[in-house]
Amino acid sequence: MKEIIEKLRQSFIGDLAKADSSAQVNELRISYLGKKGSVTDLLKQLKDIKGSEKKTVAEGINALKSFVESEIAAKTALIAKREEDAAIEATERYDVTMPSAERLGSLHPVTIIQREVEEIFESMGFTIEDYSEIVTDYQCFESLNIPKHHPARDMQDTYYIENGQLLKTHTSAAQNAIMRKYGAPLRAVFPSRCFRNEATDASHENTFFQMEGIMIDENISISNLIYFMKSMLSEVFRKDINVRLRPGFFPFVEPGFELDISCLICGGDGCPTCKQSGWLELCPCGMIHPNVLTAGGIDTEKYTGFAFGLGLTRLVMMKYGIKDIRMLNSGSLDALSQFTSK
Amino acid sequence: MLISMNWISDFTDLSGLDIDNLIHRFTLSTAEVEEVMHIGGDIKNVVAARIESIENHPNSKKLHLLKVNAGDEILDCVCGAPNVREGMIVAFAKIGGSVHGGMEIKRASIAGFESCGMCCSEAELGISADHSGLMEITDDIPLGTDIKKVYDIDDIVFEVDNKSLTNRPDLWGHYGIAREFAVLSGRPLLPLDKADKKKYKNLPEVEIDIKDKVNCYRYSSVKVENVTAKVSPVNMRIRLYYCGTRAINLLADLTNYIMLELAQPMHAFDLRKVGKVEVQRFPEPFEFETLDGQKRRIDPDTLMITTDDKPVAIAGIMGGLASEIEDDTDSLLLESANFDAVSTRKSSSRLGLRTDASMRYEKTLDPEMTVDAVERYIRLLTDIDKGARVISKISDSYVRKYKKITLTFDKKYVDRYTGIKISKAMIEKTLRALGFGLEIDKNEFTVTVPSYRSTKDVTIKADIIEEITRIYGYDNFEVKTTLSPLYPVRSTNNRVDDYDIKNLLADSFKLHEVHSYIWCDARRYKEIGISTPENVKLINSMSPDHIVLRNNIVPTLLLMAAENKSFAGDYGIFEIARVVEGLKEDGMCNERKKLGIVLFSKTKSEKQLYTELRGIVDAAVTVVKGEKAVFSFADCTPFEWQHPKNTADISVCGEKIGVMTAIHPSVGAKIDKKAAIVALQIDMDMLSSFGKKPSEYAETSKFPTMEIDLSLMLSKERTYSEIEGAVAAANCPLLKRIVPVDVYEAEELGDYRSVTVRLTFSSYEKTLSGEEVNAEVAKILEKLAESGINMK
Repeated sequence: MKEIIEKLRQSFIGDLAKADSSAQVNELRISYLGKKGSVTDLLKQLKDIKGSEKKTVAEGINALKSFVESEIAAKTALIAKREEDAAIEATERYDVTMPSAERLGSLHPVTIIQREVEEIFESMGFTIEDYSEIVTDYQCFESLNIPKHHPARDMQDTYYIENGQLLKTHTSAAQNAIMRKYGAPLRAVFPSRCFRNEATDASHENTFFQMEGIMIDENISISNLIYFMKSMLSEVFRKDINVRLRPGFFPFVEPGFELDISCLICGGDGCPTCKQSGWLELCPCGMIHPNVLTAGGIDTEKYTGFAFGLGLTRLVMMKYGIKDIRMLNSGSLDALSQFTSK
Repeated sequence: MLISMNWISDFTDLSGLDIDNLIHRFTLSTAEVEEVMHIGGDIKNVVAARIESIENHPNSKKLHLLKVNAGDEILDCVCGAPNVREGMIVAFAKIGGSVHGGMEIKRASIAGFESCGMCCSEAELGISADHSGLMEITDDIPLGTDIKKVYDIDDIVFEVDNKSLTNRPDLWGHYGIAREFAVLSGRPLLPLDKADKKKYKNLPEVEIDIKDKVNCYRYSSVKVENVTAKVSPVNMRIRLYYCGTRAINLLADLTNYIMLELAQPMHAFDLRKVGKVEVQRFPEPFEFETLDGQKRRIDPDTLMITTDDKPVAIAGIMGGLASEIEDDTDSLLLESANFDAVSTRKSSSRLGLRTDASMRYEKTLDPEMTVDAVERYIRLLTDIDKGARVISKISDSYVRKYKKITLTFDKKYVDRYTGIKISKAMIEKTLRALGFGLEIDKNEFTVTVPSYRSTKDVTIKADIIEEITRIYGYDNFEVKTTLSPLYPVRSTNNRVDDYDIKNLLADSFKLHEVHSYIWCDARRYKEIGISTPENVKLINSMSPDHIVLRNNIVPTLLLMAAENKSFAGDYGIFEIARVVEGLKEDGMCNERKKLGIVLFSKTKSEKQLYTELRGIVDAAVTVVKGEKAVFSFADCTPFEWQHPKNTADISVCGEKIGVMTAIHPSVGAKIDKKAAIVALQIDMDMLSSFGKKPSEYAETSKFPTMEIDLSLMLSKERTYSEIEGAVAAANCPLLKRIVPVDVYEAEELGDYRSVTVRLTFSSYEKTLSGEEVNAEVAKILEKLAESGINMK
């Protein structure tokens, strides 16, 4: 029996050396270790052997079985590795520099900046209001202390509608309605599309966006106005912005200001962008005129407030370096599809 | 407006101060300075010199050879001026000097003769535009005197943005600006040097008859005769020129000079033509020739100055040609009047004639200054022409006055408005310096507004705050936050919906957001075969193509699709913006906020694109409202760009919120014959009015699901929703879902298409047996059969 075992071991070693694919190794496994395999056969014969020899033979056969199992496992692993290497070798290397056909959608740059500014104000406790574009003469002028025949009405070229309404010339047209809706105290910003009846060129559009903001409470002061404008603009431009106020005349504020910011290009040293002054004129603002508060149903003895009108379209042009304002309403996807990030 | 600092210095002594810095402070405290010009620095070493002799140049008809006496020496000079004359005193630029524009004077050889300097024209000195000949010095100046010692050529002139002065009538003349400089520098404002009207009180009155007592507030006048001087003094002409006005003749120059000084427009009539005045309007239009030689149509609303009812000037705007000052005029009737701002502005805009005078009247000038201006005129005129004789009383008709304004406030009011502590002393000093009358009782201030600030500018307490703070300086303010109580931010849900939809469309469906206009573009609509609808109109649009407001957002987006044909083979655009759907019952515009989408494709079929668009609506409605959109064939297609068959109504919560459509082939072909285009419009106002359904979570079953596919024959006339309806009618609690998995159309199916649906069954309690599921399927098939839908 010992010789048979040894012969079988030798024959296995010979067969295993010849096998060089995982399929052949598997065949080999079946022919030695399968139900009808030669090693299994030997084990079956064990029951015919009696006495002391049985234990020795059993040990011999089991040793052979373990040997076959481990050799097959080793060979299988070896072949698998080789086959895997061959497969990797055969794999195409993909050209990662080939551009993807995948396109992104885009948001209008005004939407992107509008949302950014809104979030800043929201974080400071301001309500964001949406208000109609077609308003009455009262909303756009009368309620804002701009009576008929006031020269300020000449300053703005208004689109009038046949029913007597008009396309709002400024976001201030919503002040009255919003004061009446919420009363004081009040913090609100209200962005909107505005309209001016004028010829268009690279820096003039008849349709553009503004964002108005008002804050009304007891003891709101000029120094609060400066604080809010400085904080908000520093957030918008993501750097520390210096602001300065100059007297400016707008009928709906008193005192009224023109707000300048330190030049974004030179930081205030003077450059061609700011005409060497170090300052850029950015937005009108002021303390809300008592007549406007009264028209909005707010007690002027108890409350004061400030208001500002930010040129959203202008801000968009400044932030992205857009030179021709007409691009914004052109619908040109070559231009607009570039605004893929929020 | 141009302001001369020399002129300002007549009224407040600014010596020793940094003028540029003061002008900068003027920007921060008063009005925006656009440009500061240092004038005269280029004029160097120009002296008074006498032409002693003149010889003709041998080789030139134009040139002369001069001997010029420059005080300390006689110099040769080659000169080409036509008005050169022996004995003439001229401005002579010596070697080493320079003239306007910085041209240096060097020893030169001109046409073979040496020239050691240059005789100058006024233009070469930069003091007028006149370069027709040499400037002749008529003042008595020793030869060799630097002319800058005699004439105010050196000056700092700055330009103020007119817009920033609209509300400050007092700042339309140098005296008012000087008051600001006096306050800013802490120096006193000097009184105006003028004649005293009492001196003439015994002379006869000028006849003044103000017939229109609404549009004319005041008319002051005087008559002067025996005026022989014709030309204004050099320094006066220099100021006029530096401030942008052309010198004409003494009498007219003086009116301009006083307007630039006091902001009071004036007019000098030739006394031979105008001996008395009336102020009135005429019931019938007529023609009138103004002194610029233009014939103008005067309508019944335009206020006129007349003499014996004969028009002689358009009040506050321009005088008439017939009564203007001429070369031989030696007597005048002077007008110094105050007219209504609105009436002047409207007349000026109807006439298309805006003058320095009308521009000032528009600002609502102070009527108190008319007599001061007459007194000032007399002082300047009689100083210049000693022989001029006043022959009338300084006459005055003052028919309409502004009320005196008195305002009372306390220190607390100022503190509350400013947020900082400005001292009582500072408040008092500022207001007094600005000319306000002031009484102080403990912490209470009673302020009387000066007449030159009370026509419209300072009328309420808040106006006083501006006066105090602008002089205090906004740069000196402390920057500090409020101490307001906190409360939650009220968020408006329509804005949230807009943003959610914009994000979804851009991020998930890769669409591009566009912005457009609220009106129809008639010309471009026509190009793509769309006619401009009947809708609300603008009455004053500058463009004849942009008159009708749009009543639907889709045509605008179709125009943009047409513009972007070469952008890509497939793309989609969207806009959330307003349209106007006619008028509401109350007559107001029915303004609606709409979402518009247009999908454009050269690679997909119209059907694919239409299905895609439907998918976008499903997603949008689910994301913002948690609801399901319901689609049905549209009953009518009112717009010509809508496909008569493939147009569907979109409903949410039982209400129609929009319409999606394939584009009518007639419009589609004009945009791009090879492309499929679909579009939709959804009413965002309506969509936002629905509350958001809270999301519901259904526990997943632990037991396996069973899926059964059924292939059903559906007539092409019928819709998939009928399958859903029949299945729902079977009322199977174990059925979790039904989804279409395949649609097969082929000739052999005739008028039918085969629709394969997958039914998913499951239970929370157990694993379903085949028998249980089959029983459900049988119920479903029965209901389908009842609706005439059978298995393939």
